[in-house]
Amino acid sequence: MSDIIVENLSKTFLSKDGTVEALKNVNLEIHSGDIYGIIGMSGAGKSTLVRCLNYLEVPTEGRVLIDGKPLSSFSEKELRAERQSIGMIFQHFNLLMQKSVEANVCFPMQIKGKSRADARKRAAELLELVGLSEKRKSYPAQLSGGQKQRVAIARALAMDPKILLCDEATSALDPQTTVQILELLKEINQKYGITIVIITHQMSVVRAICSHVAILKDGEVAETGLVSDIFAHPKTQVAKELLRNDVGNDVQMKAPDGAKTKDKIQHGEIIRIVFSENSAFEPVIANMMLTFQEPVNILKADTKNVGGVAKGEMILQFRKHSQKKEEMKQYLLDRGLAVGEAPEYV
Amino acid sequence: MFEELMKPQTIDMILKGIRETLYMTLFSTLLGYVFGLPMGVLLTISDEGGLWPHKLLYKVLDVIVNIVRSIPFLILLIVLIPFTRFVTGKGYGPTATVVSLTVAAIPFIARVVESSLKEVDAGVIEAAKSMGAGTFRIVWKVLLVEARTSLIVNATIVVGTILGYSAMAGTVGGGGLGDIAVRYGYYRYEVGIMIVTVVLLVLLVQIFQTIGMLIARRLDRRRTGTGAAE
Repeated sequence: MSDIIVENLSKTFLSKDGTVEALKNVNLEIHSGDIYGIIGMSGAGKSTLVRCLNYLEVPTEGRVLIDGKPLSSFSEKELRAERQSIGMIFQHFNLLMQKSVEANVCFPMQIKGKSRADARKRAAELLELVGLSEKRKSYPAQLSGGQKQRVAIARALAMDPKILLCDEATSALDPQTTVQILELLKEINQKYGITIVIITHQMSVVRAICSHVAILKDGEVAETGLVSDIFAHPKTQVAKELLRNDVGNDVQMKAPDGAKTKDKIQHGEIIRIVFSENSAFEPVIANMMLTFQEPVNILKADTKNVGGVAKGEMILQFRKHSQKKEEMKQYLLDRGLAVGEAPEYV
Repeated sequence: MFEELMKPQTIDMILKGIRETLYMTLFSTLLGYVFGLPMGVLLTISDEGGLWPHKLLYKVLDVIVNIVRSIPFLILLIVLIPFTRFVTGKGYGPTATVVSLTVAAIPFIARVVESSLKEVDAGVIEAAKSMGAGTFRIVWKVLLVEARTSLIVNATIVVGTILGYSAMAGTVGGGGLGDIAVRYGYYRYEVGIMIVTVVLLVLLVQIFQTIGMLIARRLDRRRTGTGAAE
């Protein structure tokens, strides 16, 4: 059983300079309960695609089926009713600026025809869920970006949707806030079983919470599959490119079953090494392991090639009770690397 | 030059003038909004990329607005005399002036309403659509509410303009302070009375402006200060 099926979808826009093919023959299958990422660079057609999923954009060709029913078969009125079961959040939050937080969350329930009292009660529950109970009477202008997106999420959930569409929902947020919002989305997905479709240009977002991903390039689907597969074996050029750009802003999600993973990592001493000098000409880590005949665990590697020299950092973990770790540290220092502590990994 | 002013009948006349000016200005602004606001909404939503695009309707409204707006008010006033007489039974006086003022106000109001509504963030409208809101609800609950501040600021400008027009109507016996200024100041060289009426007109505009801005600011929730919270 599938929640969302996209079949041979094409969308052409008419503009003054002729036609623009935003989407070309897109096929997707998004299963119920998935967190599905749609990634692509600017202009790849992601935003158009997500708007086709609730028919804010009507496709030029092809079909969108929600629970087996094609959206094209709906009348305007039925379509509006269907949209109430598909929540949507946006990059710029799109809250009613003249309405209080509570009124914003109540808005979709009023559309649905809920009584004011019921709507308020539900709004209070939802604001509690997103952690903004005390901001009930505030106005959006008084909130931070992350808080605004939480309000938007509460508003989207007010309709009890089965699907939540996120259009670049974290792109206007800083990395830490992004993590919090993604954690909230994951929680919602697990708690209520809501299918989540995430449009993004950041691989780190996909990596953090998506189970499946579709890579979009120039309006076409280049690759689809499990996130883990694509990270392991990117088949297409664009997938490789997106992965290559995926450095630096790592999204540090809480591990799902935190303790267990943490135990595993806490085995030996963890150090941070920083590549700053000419250290790219020889494979330092590999040579070190060959020299000392002892493996180290690479927890994180974030290096960039700057003019033929590796710049960046790695987080290494030594074996428990390693006898050779001081020697190994010296080995690294001798090769022009800075060695330090990695407190956030301990 | 001021002795004429001190006479009780002069004072009565000026007080009557104020009443008439207020009556003409406020009544025609109100009537103007009754027709101009829906017209402005239609202009907004029927335009290309609007909520309810309708090329022909937009074109027709657009042309009507432009035609009426481009006729100088004094000419419009004279052209409309037969119509005014038909509606009110009189070709002159404050009530007659209300008719022509309203006719002039409607397209002006439609235009400023259109410009206010078009300022509303397209994203918010899209969000409302994504929640399954219909066109009417979006107009009523999103467009008009989100544009509230801008609508009130523009209404203040409208009142000021209509007040100016009403004074202009004085030249053809329209009543109000403008009428007094023309009759006494222009025809009878009673400079004192003219100055007093002009000062009163300036004061009225000032008062409306202040009140309008105050209301607009009080109702705006986009500021981050404490004033926005209830």
